[in-house]
Amino acid sequence: MASFTLTVNGKQVTAEADPATPILWFLRDTLGLTGTKFGCGASLCGACTIHLDGQAIRSCVTPISEAAGKTITTIEGLSADRGHPLQKAWIAEDVPQCGYCQSGMIMTAAALIAVKPKPTDDDIDAALGGHICRCGTYQRIRRAVRRAATGGPR
Amino acid sequence: MSPVTSVSRREFLRIVPAAGAGLVLGVRLSAAMNATGPRGRPSALFAPNAFLQVDARGDVTIWASKSEMGQGVRTSLPMIVAEELDADWSRVRVEQAWADPRFGDLDTGGSSSVRTRYEPMRRAGAAARAMLVTAAAQTWGADRSACRTERGAVVHAPTGRRIRYGDLVEKAAALPVPQDAPLKDPKSFRIVGKSLPRTDTPSKVDGSAVYGIDVKVPGMLYAAVARSPVFGGKAKPFDANSAKTSPGVRAVVPISTGVAVVADSTWNALKGRDALRVDWDEGDGAAESSETLRAQFETLSQQPGKIVRDDGDAAAALEKAAKRLEAVYELPFQAHATMEPQNATASWQKDRCEVWAPVQTPSWALADIARAAGLPPGAVRLNITLLGGGFGRRINPDYAVEAVEISKAVTAPVKTVWSRADDLQHDFYRPASFHRIKGGLDVKGRIASWHHRLVSTSIKAYHEPTASDPEEDEIGGARDLPYAVPNVHVEYAAARSIVPRGWWRSVESSFNAFVVESFLDELAAAAHRDPLALRKELLSGGRTIAYPGQTFVQDTTRLKAVVDLAATRAGWGKPLAKGRARGIAAHFSYRTYCAQVAEVSIGKDGALRVHRVVCAVDCGRAIHPGIIAAQMEGGIVFGLSAALKSGITIEKGRVKQANFDEYEVLRIDEMPEVEVHIVPSDQPPTGVGEPGVPVIAPAVCNAIFAATGKRVRRLPVRVEDLVATS
Repeated sequence: MASFTLTVNGKQVTAEADPATPILWFLRDTLGLTGTKFGCGASLCGACTIHLDGQAIRSCVTPISEAAGKTITTIEGLSADRGHPLQKAWIAEDVPQCGYCQSGMIMTAAALIAVKPKPTDDDIDAALGGHICRCGTYQRIRRAVRRAATGGPR
Repeated sequence: MSPVTSVSRREFLRIVPAAGAGLVLGVRLSAAMNATGPRGRPSALFAPNAFLQVDARGDVTIWASKSEMGQGVRTSLPMIVAEELDADWSRVRVEQAWADPRFGDLDTGGSSSVRTRYEPMRRAGAAARAMLVTAAAQTWGADRSACRTERGAVVHAPTGRRIRYGDLVEKAAALPVPQDAPLKDPKSFRIVGKSLPRTDTPSKVDGSAVYGIDVKVPGMLYAAVARSPVFGGKAKPFDANSAKTSPGVRAVVPISTGVAVVADSTWNALKGRDALRVDWDEGDGAAESSETLRAQFETLSQQPGKIVRDDGDAAAALEKAAKRLEAVYELPFQAHATMEPQNATASWQKDRCEVWAPVQTPSWALADIARAAGLPPGAVRLNITLLGGGFGRRINPDYAVEAVEISKAVTAPVKTVWSRADDLQHDFYRPASFHRIKGGLDVKGRIASWHHRLVSTSIKAYHEPTASDPEEDEIGGARDLPYAVPNVHVEYAAARSIVPRGWWRSVESSFNAFVVESFLDELAAAAHRDPLALRKELLSGGRTIAYPGQTFVQDTTRLKAVVDLAATRAGWGKPLAKGRARGIAAHFSYRTYCAQVAEVSIGKDGALRVHRVVCAVDCGRAIHPGIIAAQMEGGIVFGLSAALKSGITIEKGRVKQANFDEYEVLRIDEMPEVEVHIVPSDQPPTGVGEPGVPVIAPAVCNAIFAATGKRVRRLPVRVEDLVATS
């Protein structure tokens, strides 16, 4: 066990945990932030994606020790009142079906448009190619990212 | 793992018609009593049946009485109620029903939710509206017939007076519930038929949606279960201390499916399970592999099977044919791979048990939970969470039973969480199948004979080993060949396998449509016919295909219409970019007609790209066109994953694939452009969750043939099947 101080969605928190514990389980089991999902445990599906100092990372394979002194943003902290352009676009395009993968999709897309406000379709595919949606919402995800980037339907 | 289960899919589907009038009327009485206080005094709630409630503020609560797994039932079913209630949709809140008889049949599968609930939900809303109208008429001392409803209010037409529903709840709650309140004329629908925003979307973009895996109850522990890697294996005596010394582990307990490691967090439970040393008595299962199964398939396909259709004399017609074709088609086991791994939370106590689980079949889950808990079903509360995908996996409630067994063993609330390997290696798989199919053309090039021998690892035989009808969930889409062929013979044989089988999105249509629609294309090519023209010709004449014991039929005119629509919208016959080709396929399943045209190209290295899919669907009245389109898009992706990427293989009685690097599924960079065209219809609504799945594999493989002359007869498609050698 060790002690780590980090910032999660703007709040400073202290984790008492085995340094190898994946961030995912600290968020879900300890902090109760269950919007970040467990899908594969091996960085293969993207459901667990969060921002660590602004970078989209896979929380299922990233140990809590790597977050010490850093800032985490989860889907719950992306905006107040679903106000992020991607969240609005996701609602406008009625993207989710079961919805389980969508937190991860949105967090990766948010990291993408933060550095590339007008992504091409290839950019979108490249950024989200590491994610899996079993319901098959990919076409609507592309549309929603484009909508968020352009401020309207495209 | 016990193959004995309490509710078969057959029973489960048989329950469905019971969700009609009688059932809803039956629950009205008791629900109406619930709407009154203990002394019979009306409360400030109007709840004339189990499905809706209006409060004094005019807020409407509607209970979704099917499991939401992405198919939109928390939107579509409430829309139907709200339509007949004439509710203000902006005042409607949706709640999930829990496993309780008051809601009727909650079991969710077979693309049946809207089909079976359309009329009952209409009647539930209409009865409430009629009572609100009566209450308003009494208030005004007016004639009921002069009153109408308008978006959450009753209006007295002659005077223009109006009362909001909220102001009528006390009076309405005291009225008797009418048994045959008039339904709206569908022409006046203003909610049904609109693509309203889904009610569950906001919670799915901010992390607040609660799936089974997100449930937390006070004092809860976490469990991971070690299961025999070989199907049917049993744990040998084991050393519990091997796991107990792992951090956070509280208990190690044997359960019916293996050994549970219980800890203070999910991570510690998973690590504790890794530390557990347990050996397995593998039993006979270890002798099975994909190769031994294939040899069995091959042998069975050479022998006569059980005849399930026999029109004319297919053997004689084949004998006389001017041209004969014979082919073997093969499809592997498939896993469901829901993105949310299996999980459940149970809180067992001596006299009651509460469970939170993402289940598709609450009736089956409730029965098995009660048995595991050692309690009567009435002492079990089963809460149905959101499902992070279902696809048929969550018809089998094994994971919920595990949670109950563990909670009972440690006498504390427990959440079990499966890893991805657990999920892929302990599924109830889409059956593997093998098809020997023969066809004959007469001298004029017409199809004179169709002879299909289908061998599979039957779902029915897995759940009921002694069943006399193992073909039950295996022959749909093969027996009901809709094309006008004078001599048709279809046989079935069940292969033995240790591998658990279950219902996988579109069930047997997922393999039979591939075989039938591909082989029809083979015959078209042999007859030098355009595949579209041949389909249209063989579907003409307005014939119907009947289903044993069922009242619905397959209407070839409707199938032909979707074929036509897909072909027209896809520009069938029009020139394409160099290297591209089109393929078409059509299929009737879950009472819905679906046709798809796929446009593909194949690189010199065999790299296949599906560029575009045009889908036409006739699912009767479209309740929510946006959800229908989404289900077609999703069905196409699900079908493409199985056609191009995934497959489960068996080695020494165990599943080889453990995660998404080995069980690959379609990703966004492989997503074709999909367009969906819905046939306008006044017919009763039919299924949409599954019918998009079976059509895409043959459409793509027929396009591959058009592009390369290579016929794919084994899925998933392999690069070596596509590289030009001739």
